[in-house]
Amino acid sequence: MAAAIHIQNLSFSYGEQNVLNQLDLTVQPGERFGLFGPNGAGKTTLMSIITGLVKYHTGTVQIQGLEVKDNSTAVKKIIGFVPQDFSFYQELSPVENLSFFGAWAGLNAQKIKEKTTELLQVMALDHVKNKPVQHFSGGMKRRVNLAIAVMANPGIVILDEPTVGVDVQTRHAIIDYLKQLNNGGTTLLYTSHQLHEAEDLCNRFALMDEGRILVNDSLENLLQQHHQAGLEGLFLQLTGRAYRH
Amino acid sequence: MFRLWSTIKKDVRILTRDKVGLALMFLMPVVLAIVITSVQNGTFEMVNDNKVPIVLFNKDGGEASKELVAAMEKTGMFEIAPQTSPTDEAGIKKLMHDNDAMLAIVIPEKYSADVQSRAKNVSEKALVTLVEEDSTHTKAPAADSLTPLTLYYHPVLQQSFRKSVDGAMSSVLQVVQSKYIVQELYFNINNQPIPDSVENQIVGQQTAITQIPVSRDGNRNVPNASQHNIPAWTVFAMFFIVISLGSSIVREKRSGSFIRLRTLPTHFGVAMISKQITYICITFLQAVVIFTLGVLLFPLIGLPQLNLPQDIGGLLLVTFISGWCATSFALCVGTWAGTQEQANGIGAVSIVLMAAIGGVLVPAFAMPSSFVYIMKLSPLHWCLEAYYGLFLEGGRLGDIMMNIIPLLVITLIFQMLAWWGLKRKGLIQ
Repeated sequence: MAAAIHIQNLSFSYGEQNVLNQLDLTVQPGERFGLFGPNGAGKTTLMSIITGLVKYHTGTVQIQGLEVKDNSTAVKKIIGFVPQDFSFYQELSPVENLSFFGAWAGLNAQKIKEKTTELLQVMALDHVKNKPVQHFSGGMKRRVNLAIAVMANPGIVILDEPTVGVDVQTRHAIIDYLKQLNNGGTTLLYTSHQLHEAEDLCNRFALMDEGRILVNDSLENLLQQHHQAGLEGLFLQLTGRAYRH
Repeated sequence: MFRLWSTIKKDVRILTRDKVGLALMFLMPVVLAIVITSVQNGTFEMVNDNKVPIVLFNKDGGEASKELVAAMEKTGMFEIAPQTSPTDEAGIKKLMHDNDAMLAIVIPEKYSADVQSRAKNVSEKALVTLVEEDSTHTKAPAADSLTPLTLYYHPVLQQSFRKSVDGAMSSVLQVVQSKYIVQELYFNINNQPIPDSVENQIVGQQTAITQIPVSRDGNRNVPNASQHNIPAWTVFAMFFIVISLGSSIVREKRSGSFIRLRTLPTHFGVAMISKQITYICITFLQAVVIFTLGVLLFPLIGLPQLNLPQDIGGLLLVTFISGWCATSFALCVGTWAGTQEQANGIGAVSIVLMAAIGGVLVPAFAMPSSFVYIMKLSPLHWCLEAYYGLFLEGGRLGDIMMNIIPLLVITLIFQMLAWWGLKRKGLIQ
């Protein structure tokens, strides 16, 4: 069975600035994979390449065995992306947003109706389903952001800080939902600066800096190898305490 | 198709929830059309139908000056308010204000005497020429001169209007003076007063001028202010959607929803086609609203009724192409602008500029000759010419093809620029 994500020898630069340097990474199907690193490590660029937002010229990036740059449309059908910013229309209601993005994900009207009903219940948005999202709290907007990404039952969900700025209750609800999604066979690629949350969610971790993967293993193995008690200590040990740009 | 339909529904929902944007797109052109048509209609009526209020101070009171006043009345151009009290310039200004007059005319004291004296002199000169070979007539005529009339005018009066008043007054003065010269000549030759019938034949009968508006359909209705203004402000309103559509594209680009769209398995072009369809429908609706008001509302509020062209098919096509051109321009601005402020600023300023050089704000024929080529760069010019071809000239689609072709070319240029911008910014592959 092909890896969910397989990256080999990937390099990328913005002009003179190298962002990714001969990066290798493999995420197996069904993993809850956490990708961490300080600001400027190259996480966002890597996710942009995986989702097809940024074109790459050097190296290999495969999603379920499909090369991203050659199979753009097919790869987009496999991936659900949760951007850090609210990526929906604030003027529209959750139902209207889900209907629109569902159509763009390739669902038919019947499937959109079924998934919308299901997700509004799961995300506890049923009572506000017809109100414009612009009046929602940050937590409710995060749930709408997530719901849109999973409308088409993607095989892989890529999450860029999905819980930033939400209260404890919403964070737990989102993490619980992601675990539930993963139990159904969905692979998760998760990135965040909330390391405690990552310890709770992920079963495999990669730490990257300066465009390279520094370590890539289970949390237990990493903590044991580096004599650390938690992910935060490991993070500081491997990436240092100096400010990043 | 389902994706396109879903996208159109999304665009319409967002648009209908922007109440200010809707007001800008529909109310603004309606208000503009009503106000400008009212103002222009007032000017047209003042020049064409109504009489021009004029204060008259006749210092002379003689026969010739009375005939001059009668001749002025006979032109049908002036509404004369006679004044008798002697006055200076300040007094005349006050009289103009008191009588709401835009013009004042002062007939000098010796006007009648001057006219009679001049008639006599001219008559004598003519007789000298006639009997030059007859040595019995040796008396040389005296030099003739006339004290000028003085015309005061309000500074707001346009030069073209003053010139038409000047022309009318010259004509009236000529009639009175000719009459006296003819009377004098006839008396000198025949030793008896000229009969009225002869005098009328010589002085009164002029060659008439028949005015015919040139139309392609043979309709001889005189175009009114509504026929001029409603198409012009409809075109302006169509292009003003750049504010709404341009900033909508920028807002989406910056909101993150564009990023999400690019990660989904649907070509981004669908979003752009949807916006075009939605906004072409909006421009169509704008035209329907404004034309309907012109036909139904304008007569109720005292403005001339808009007469729709005979070629409704041509009207629909011109409206569609104008709307497509406006939408393409807005798409172009929205694609290239980096911020909403840029889109709004560039959009608004460029529309006003293109309207100015395109003949919406100032009629094309009144522009300096150097603008003849620049004017053709404005899409609004071609939209307007196509509409005028239908509304004013009574033309059909075939008659306005030479306006539609350049409009289509400009539209395609805007489209290419927009798609190039999308490609350059990585929004489409």
